[in-house]
Amino acid sequence: MSLPFLFEIGVEEIPDWMIPDALENLHVLFEKLEIPHESVTLDATPRRLVLRAEGLPARQADSQERVLGPAKSAPPQAVEGFARKQGVKSEDLTTEATPKGEYYSFIRKVPGRLTKDILAEALPAIILQIYFPKTMYWTGKGGPRFIRPIRWIVAMLGDQIVPFELAGVRSGALTSGHRRLGAREIAVTPTDFEQRLRDHYVILSAEERREKIRNGLAGIRVKSDPALLETLVYLTEYPTPIVGSFDPQFLELPEEVLVTVMRHHQKYFSVEDAQGKLTPQFATVMNIDADPEGFVRRGNERVLRARFNDARFFWETDQKKKLADRLPDLAHVTFQAKLGSYRDKTKRMMALVRELGGKPLAVRAARLSKCDLSTELVKEFTELQGVVGGLYARAQGERPEVWQAIYDHYQPESMEDAIPRHLAGRQVSLADKLDTLRGCFSVGLIPTGSRDPFGLRRAAQGVVRILVEGKIAVPLLDLLEDERQLVAFFEDRVKFYFKDHRGFKYDEVNAAMAAGWSNLVDLEARLMRIRTLRPTPDFEPLAASFKRIRNILIQAGFTGGGAVVESLLEPGPELELHEEFTRIAGQPIESVISKLRPKVDLFFDKVLVNAPDAAVRQNRLTLLHTLLAEFSTMADFSEIVTNS
Amino acid sequence: MQSFQEIIFKLKQYWADRGAIIQEPYDVEVGAGTMCPETFLRVLGPQPYRVAYVQPSRRPADGRYGDNPNRLYKHSQLQVILKPSPDDIMEQYLASLEAIGIDLRQHDIKFEEDNWESPTLGAWGIGWQVMLDGLEVTQFTYFQQCGGIDLDLVPAELTYGLERLVAFLQVKDSVYDIEWAKGVSYGEIRHREELQYSVYNFEMANIPTLWKLFGLHEGEAARLLAAYDPKSPDKRRFPVLPAYDHVLKCSNLFNTLDSRGAISVTERVGVIQRVRKLAVGVAQAWVDQQEVAA
Repeated sequence: MSLPFLFEIGVEEIPDWMIPDALENLHVLFEKLEIPHESVTLDATPRRLVLRAEGLPARQADSQERVLGPAKSAPPQAVEGFARKQGVKSEDLTTEATPKGEYYSFIRKVPGRLTKDILAEALPAIILQIYFPKTMYWTGKGGPRFIRPIRWIVAMLGDQIVPFELAGVRSGALTSGHRRLGAREIAVTPTDFEQRLRDHYVILSAEERREKIRNGLAGIRVKSDPALLETLVYLTEYPTPIVGSFDPQFLELPEEVLVTVMRHHQKYFSVEDAQGKLTPQFATVMNIDADPEGFVRRGNERVLRARFNDARFFWETDQKKKLADRLPDLAHVTFQAKLGSYRDKTKRMMALVRELGGKPLAVRAARLSKCDLSTELVKEFTELQGVVGGLYARAQGERPEVWQAIYDHYQPESMEDAIPRHLAGRQVSLADKLDTLRGCFSVGLIPTGSRDPFGLRRAAQGVVRILVEGKIAVPLLDLLEDERQLVAFFEDRVKFYFKDHRGFKYDEVNAAMAAGWSNLVDLEARLMRIRTLRPTPDFEPLAASFKRIRNILIQAGFTGGGAVVESLLEPGPELELHEEFTRIAGQPIESVISKLRPKVDLFFDKVLVNAPDAAVRQNRLTLLHTLLAEFSTMADFSEIVTNS
Repeated sequence: MQSFQEIIFKLKQYWADRGAIIQEPYDVEVGAGTMCPETFLRVLGPQPYRVAYVQPSRRPADGRYGDNPNRLYKHSQLQVILKPSPDDIMEQYLASLEAIGIDLRQHDIKFEEDNWESPTLGAWGIGWQVMLDGLEVTQFTYFQQCGGIDLDLVPAELTYGLERLVAFLQVKDSVYDIEWAKGVSYGEIRHREELQYSVYNFEMANIPTLWKLFGLHEGEAARLLAAYDPKSPDKRRFPVLPAYDHVLKCSNLFNTLDSRGAISVTERVGVIQRVRKLAVGVAQAWVDQQEVAA
């Protein structure tokens, strides 16, 4: 018999961003039970995590167990005793040969356990094992921990309840509808569960809620914002979008400020016209079916008006003091206790921009870059730091290079984010990040494990991306001031970038970096060359030969020096290799690899490097060393993992 | 239209009907209702407790000279503590909104993650900000720790922002236009206070004097806490509550100094630590005193 299973954990509102991971976790935990089933579906709303599975057996399959009895040579009483214990007669026993001799044995049938019992036993632990980033207790000290209090549990196999208790809640067959539109207790079965919820204004499927929001917004041009959409999908059980408007006067404020207020503070979508310009409208998603009287719309409009009024007040107040005049204020804003104020940081950044070859305009941008930290607008909307500085700089007549550099200098904030649009912005951004990294490492603030309070990994990743993608060919290692841990930290970031972000193979990255990685633009160029070379037929065999050469040199303790003495070269493969090498030296490996490879192969085939004559031997090592050195400026090919 | 005071009466009545003691505001300046002994100390220990009170809450840095329609130096919180939290707390809370005339069938309510933390009190909890048509009207917190101590019973704390809630109900764009009582506006009652305290906090508060006061209150609290003897048979007589008043004074002075721009970011952490140490000391002594009764 095959049964449907329904499992719902009813919770007070779970933070939206934790829900997808929790579901995935629940799925893994369920699969670990190894109960056979045909399919599993996972769903969630802010108030419930739901797992439904089809085709579970009512009980597990029976199994057999071999029970070993006394030895064949044992007295009959012992044999009878064993048989009696197994509930059979002695004649029913079989015998079995073991390394210790012949023994009586019995194949016992073990009846499969009821699936319901297995679930009842396992489900409480499964609930408590679901991982959440931050948990609470609610039944009292020492009580179970979960993301929010558990208020009901539905656990049914077929039409039967899977009985257990957790945190004072007994599992049952009653779910709960929408907080305001549905009933508090609703009897369900695994088959009618989703429909019963729908009757009580809960749309169980996230995909369906997403569609409902999309459809509700179909008539208007909302700024695409997938992350906000996901937030709203998991913040509602019955989402219904509505559109509100605001006074067009507010459009005088910078779009960045308006969008931030709507997006981050109110979770509204902003609306734009066909040209991508903001219109005085917004879309919000209610957790209710309709707003016939317009109460919700008007309420949201009033909140937004108050917020925009605040922003306008800050925008106007801040304009009364120019950015440049705010520089002295930065002396009172601490960057980090041991690293001084933002005034100190600004001075260091200006020096670094000069070191990076920055022109006077870039230095000016660095000088003004942190001045927005003392503005009211940034105090209110910290996520707009940099952007606000750039906007004020523009309003105060700074040149485009300057205001754009200020505007962009926190970029890139993620692997997906763009890098600053111009060289000056890139230089200011590099200076900012490098200063933070150098400073933090110098006072021992080094990220460990998942702890990275200053976001140093992101900063270093930003440096790498700007240098590579901004084609800034400066020696990175010089900028790291020989700080050993910082160099190692960057080495990891560079590897991560080229491997995970750019898709180079790990051995290619190792090979190219072994030939130096201080100039990341050059490193990228060499990696591109390797990527092109790799599929060619000569590449891997030659890489294998280079590995062999390196091993020979290491074994011989040969570190180079001297030139090849032509008179000592043996005619044939050795001389030919030398002549070929002399011809092609200085040319890129791509154009010579097909000529070089057969000569190298032949050399190893016919020539004994370890010649009895010391002078000949030395000469051969010199030949190999020169060859390796010539082509290792691009990559250390011996790092390439080959099949041979 | 329900006036400001009528809404307060209704909410108090609502929670009184559900077993809450109705307290009057605490008479020492605080930044939030949570800091009053009725919350900060009562949530500690194993005794169940239910209380509701309106607490004027002072945030010197939020003052705007009475010019800004939404920001106040001093706003009123209705603070409700239900210890331990009843299982249907969410339903009770929503019904309290209905009790003041909000038809939840017509409005949008969302519970958005917002965990509360007070470094000065060594306290934190898990919870939500409750959004009513996009407006944050209540902070809902399950306390987990107070004064650095894990709580025996987990209380639910509901903090209603009364000005916002009433402005919402009365459909006013400025808090100063709220009708406090029939024919009397919020502005008439409170505007002068907002203006004068903004002037004092931002312009005229004497920084050395405030630091001196801070030191005096800190010293008095520390002196008392050092004298507390957990082994004394008379320990229930010991003035832990007066010591806490001095801690509250420190906290308010810290906020005033902060709004005056007298505390650098670096100093900040250090001063918070000093207040926190005292708050933790009070919490521990308070819990220790309860054990005599148990």
